[in-house]
Amino acid sequence: MDIPFTTKARPDTGLYNAKLGIWLFLASEVMLFGAFFSAYILLRVGADPGAWAHGLMNVPIGTFNTFVLILSSVTVVMAWAALKAHNYSLYRNCMVITIACALGFLVVKSFEYAEKFRHYEVWMKDGRRMTGHIDYEDGGVKKHAYLWSTKTLSKKKIESIAFTPDAPNEWATGQYYPPLTKEQLEHVKKHADSDTHHHEPIAIKSADIQRLSAFVPAHSTFFAIYFTMTALHGLHVLGGAIVLSFFLFRGHKMWKADPDRLTNRIEVGGLFWHFVDLVWIFLFPVMYIL
Amino acid sequence: MSDHAHDISKHKKIYVMVGVILLLGTLLTFALDHFEAIDLKKKAGMLVATLAALMIATVKGGFVAGVFMHLSNEKKWIYWVMGFTFFFFVGMMGLTLWGMNDIPGQGNQFDAKTGLPIVKKAAGK
Repeated sequence: MDIPFTTKARPDTGLYNAKLGIWLFLASEVMLFGAFFSAYILLRVGADPGAWAHGLMNVPIGTFNTFVLILSSVTVVMAWAALKAHNYSLYRNCMVITIACALGFLVVKSFEYAEKFRHYEVWMKDGRRMTGHIDYEDGGVKKHAYLWSTKTLSKKKIESIAFTPDAPNEWATGQYYPPLTKEQLEHVKKHADSDTHHHEPIAIKSADIQRLSAFVPAHSTFFAIYFTMTALHGLHVLGGAIVLSFFLFRGHKMWKADPDRLTNRIEVGGLFWHFVDLVWIFLFPVMYIL
Repeated sequence: MSDHAHDISKHKKIYVMVGVILLLGTLLTFALDHFEAIDLKKKAGMLVATLAALMIATVKGGFVAGVFMHLSNEKKWIYWVMGFTFFFFVGMMGLTLWGMNDIPGQGNQFDAKTGLPIVKKAAGK
């Protein structure tokens, strides 16, 4: 049985079915992301003064990823225009760039997540707090500690940690523990912009630690909503990349048999991809800048 | 060149132009983070940054929806679908903003006994 109106428009709607379908789907997506943005606003304005973990994101990386998604949006619409102009090789090239951008976005995002999972905040019992990294030795090999928490210290019976602090930043304003000498502080500041690992770590006794958390959802409300929204968006990027890859690798057969049908499928896939770009256009300033 | 091919070629140029505008908008958003005149720690600075960032994002989003997603020239059914969505989206955001009054420290403060809004008197009056 043939599926009706895959290429020709229905007389009543003036649209082929898949196009109306994708717009209805996108309408539901607007409400889904809208609900999360709504939750973000309430959490943001409801946060106690100084409790919103602002200034911990890597803005240049976020900007780079925005460039990548915008480029992919241009290439996906160009791919559709190429099919309209019956230029299959241009379509294929544009799709390759689009999928490369999608994968590039996900790779950058995964590195960004990994960096968060080994970046810590430590709250001392005397009220001081600081951000930085924890390194440890395992069989003579220096390793980064991933996803440690206060529980890890008691579970592994760790008596003290080697904590490499960040330079004073907007969030942790340099309340180092124990207080650094003037020379040590200058050293931390000097190397903070290039590599925070150049300076010596500080030994902190576990008994003096009130709370230890990596930059994970449990760290703060900010990271909870950050990971929820960016992970949901990342899943959309992954889904879109899979669908577009299918059209890239299996599209030639359909192009030979029914070129209009492939063109319409690319339009539908492209509409989803533009929506994913549109969501990121709002996520970027909200999560990285404000 | 046929009219159809000419149209597509013209559209391709528009797509590239919009792409460049979007990249410039992104650079502008990036610059907000480095613009020292805007102090995000102060309420006024945060308000200016929020308005500027959301305005840039809205313009960028408008270009993506209008040009890349062809919403500037679509069929009536799609406008109806997105019109309904827009209505409910605005309603949800409206409720969100309205709900801010329930958060301590934001909007109106209510007296626990009477449930009436607390009107703060200006100092010295």
